[in-house]
Amino acid sequence: MKKWIDRIARWVFTVSGFTTSVVILLIIGFLFTEAAGLFRNPIVEEGYVLALNPKNPVKELSAEQIKQLFDEDITNWKEVGGPDLPVRVFRLEDLDQLYTEEQLGAEYEFAGAKIAEQVQQSPGIVAFVPDVLVQEAPGVRCLPDRTIPLKDVLLGAEWYPTATPSPIFGILPLVSGTIWVSFFAILIALPFGLAVSIYLAEIAPEKVHKLFKPVIELLGGIPSVVYGFFGLAVIVPLLQQTFGLPVGESGLAGSIVLAIMALPTIITVAEDAMRNCPRTMREASLALGATRWQTIYKVVIPFSITGITSGVVLGIGRAIGETMAVLMVTGNAAILPSSILEPLRTIPATIAAELGEAPAGGAHYQALFLLGVILFFITLFINSCVEFVSARNKFKR
Amino acid sequence: MNKIEAKNVDFYYGSFHALKHISLDIPQNEVVAFIGPSGCGKSTFLRLFNRMNDLIPGTRLTGQISIDGTDIYGRSVDVDLLRRDVGMVFQRPNPFPKSIFENVAYGLRVNGVKDRAFIAQRVEEALKGAALWDEVKDKLKESAYALSGGQQQRLCIARAMAVEPSVLLMDEPASALDPISTAKIEELICDLSGRTTVVIVTHSMQQAARVSNKTAFFYLGEMVEYGETKKIFTNPDQEATQNYITGRFG
Ligand SMILES: Nc1ncnc2c1ncn2[C@@H]1O[C@H](COP(=O)(O)OP(=O)(O)OP(=O)(O)O)[C@@H](O)[C@H]1O
Ligand SMILES: [Mg+2]
Repeated sequence: MKKWIDRIARWVFTVSGFTTSVVILLIIGFLFTEAAGLFRNPIVEEGYVLALNPKNPVKELSAEQIKQLFDEDITNWKEVGGPDLPVRVFRLEDLDQLYTEEQLGAEYEFAGAKIAEQVQQSPGIVAFVPDVLVQEAPGVRCLPDRTIPLKDVLLGAEWYPTATPSPIFGILPLVSGTIWVSFFAILIALPFGLAVSIYLAEIAPEKVHKLFKPVIELLGGIPSVVYGFFGLAVIVPLLQQTFGLPVGESGLAGSIVLAIMALPTIITVAEDAMRNCPRTMREASLALGATRWQTIYKVVIPFSITGITSGVVLGIGRAIGETMAVLMVTGNAAILPSSILEPLRTIPATIAAELGEAPAGGAHYQALFLLGVILFFITLFINSCVEFVSARNKFKR
Repeated sequence: MNKIEAKNVDFYYGSFHALKHISLDIPQNEVVAFIGPSGCGKSTFLRLFNRMNDLIPGTRLTGQISIDGTDIYGRSVDVDLLRRDVGMVFQRPNPFPKSIFENVAYGLRVNGVKDRAFIAQRVEEALKGAALWDEVKDKLKESAYALSGGQQQRLCIARAMAVEPSVLLMDEPASALDPISTAKIEELICDLSGRTTVVIVTHSMQQAARVSNKTAFFYLGEMVEYGETKKIFTNPDQEATQNYITGRFG
């Protein structure tokens, strides 16, 4: 009988452990395949081409150049390595202004010919049109399209996921936004968190400890929207006044809110770790004539360093992955920040804000999955750094 | 000459009266053993000499304890200095999460010693004194937790001795050790007598008889008898002492 219970228990644990691991691996696999799909998308929106006059020798355009052409930031072909020719931007809608409905046909059946006419007439034209309309048209050269290059995504400094004709998925502003906000959040949270946990574990009288500990644990349970709202109502205007900013929504506002949110985690975990330092260890130090402070930083902290770092890592983890509060106070400008006082945007905030408007399976959707993968790697990196550091601490129990 | 003098000491854990009216003098550079059944207050009394019980909230002391003629519970006493001079070895080994070397050097470092050569020399002497040097001299940089329990306890003794205290308090230092390590520690205590005042709590009658000059017998928070070790073990005045050392109770 006992043997059977033992066997069943072992079986249950094995199966549940195995399925959980497999499910997690599948989720990660799903994340990666979706993200990799981005690099199979053409630069120009699926189903469309850029049509040029055959006399225009330009062979290829990057997504950024296309965007600048259509934004009319580039007005001459020589800026993109072509001849000295003024650019004429042409969109499908322009047909309606140039031709009457009869000329285009009730079903747009003559649209292809008309586009071809326009392209032949002006050598500097770049026409963004459905590929079916111009594929067979004479005297029209379709710009050969490529898939989105890895480099433009990873090192791209611009994030315009909804730009037409070609969206730009440079993730650098979002990655740096995340890193800036998290870095400053930790910079703020770490000293306060350690100070408070040392105070609570070592210095506070029992009464104060009994009062404070539950309050701090309670703070950890407050939903992040509430912190975001607090940030919006208090910290943002405060920053705006103190630094004389045009807008208070900034990276620093995000960092402060995140620091406040990470504090309860850091404090509770680090404090627990320090409380776990055996009394005899403290007594041994004090018995050698060490002061209370020497005992704290030479014995208690080294003893509980693993616990303290895991508190800090959990805190950082919360900061990096936090979405709502950051979304509310950072101003959400997907630009490369040059100062922490400027608005910026983090990866989680981007995913949360844009997933709703990105059609499933499209390039934008896949780009958001790629952001998820990047986030995954950032967390992985931080975790392994911590592993490395605590593995080097060979004096642990 | 007396190193430690305790007069009319009463000690309370909250409302629990743990030590009842104890007076005893410990002569300089001699070894004094505290014996008695478990829970009779030996550790409590020992921990009064370096004010370790200050750390326990809700305790209260009346009476007077002085070392070298100064009341150690007086207002002007620097507790850290007192503890530097009154070393302590605990019942269970409690090395720090540091290397073997740093464990022994700790007391010197926290007391502001900077001279590396001096520290290295003191560490070596202390480890030799604790009969541990030969076993660890090639792995001083390794974690103290890599040592066996008995080695850890000897490390803790070396750690306490590295600061050269004038009093060494030992709370059952050998209770977790094998006979060989125990013998080494007893040898060490014998070496120390004549240079250092040693107060040792022990449950082993043989140990008390071997190492101490004087022995105090405690029972239920009271000190029943105190005298020359030889007399206590051969011809005690009190019947309770007689019963205890002959193993009839306790
Ligand atoms: N921190 C404490 N709080 C309350 N009571 C305590 C505390 N430490 C010890 N006591 C009580 O004081 C009495 C004496 O304890 P103490 O540790 O001095 O005994 P001991 O003689 O050293 O015993 P043992 O030989 O088992 O170590 C015991 O009854 C114990 O329950
Ligand atoms: Mg004891």
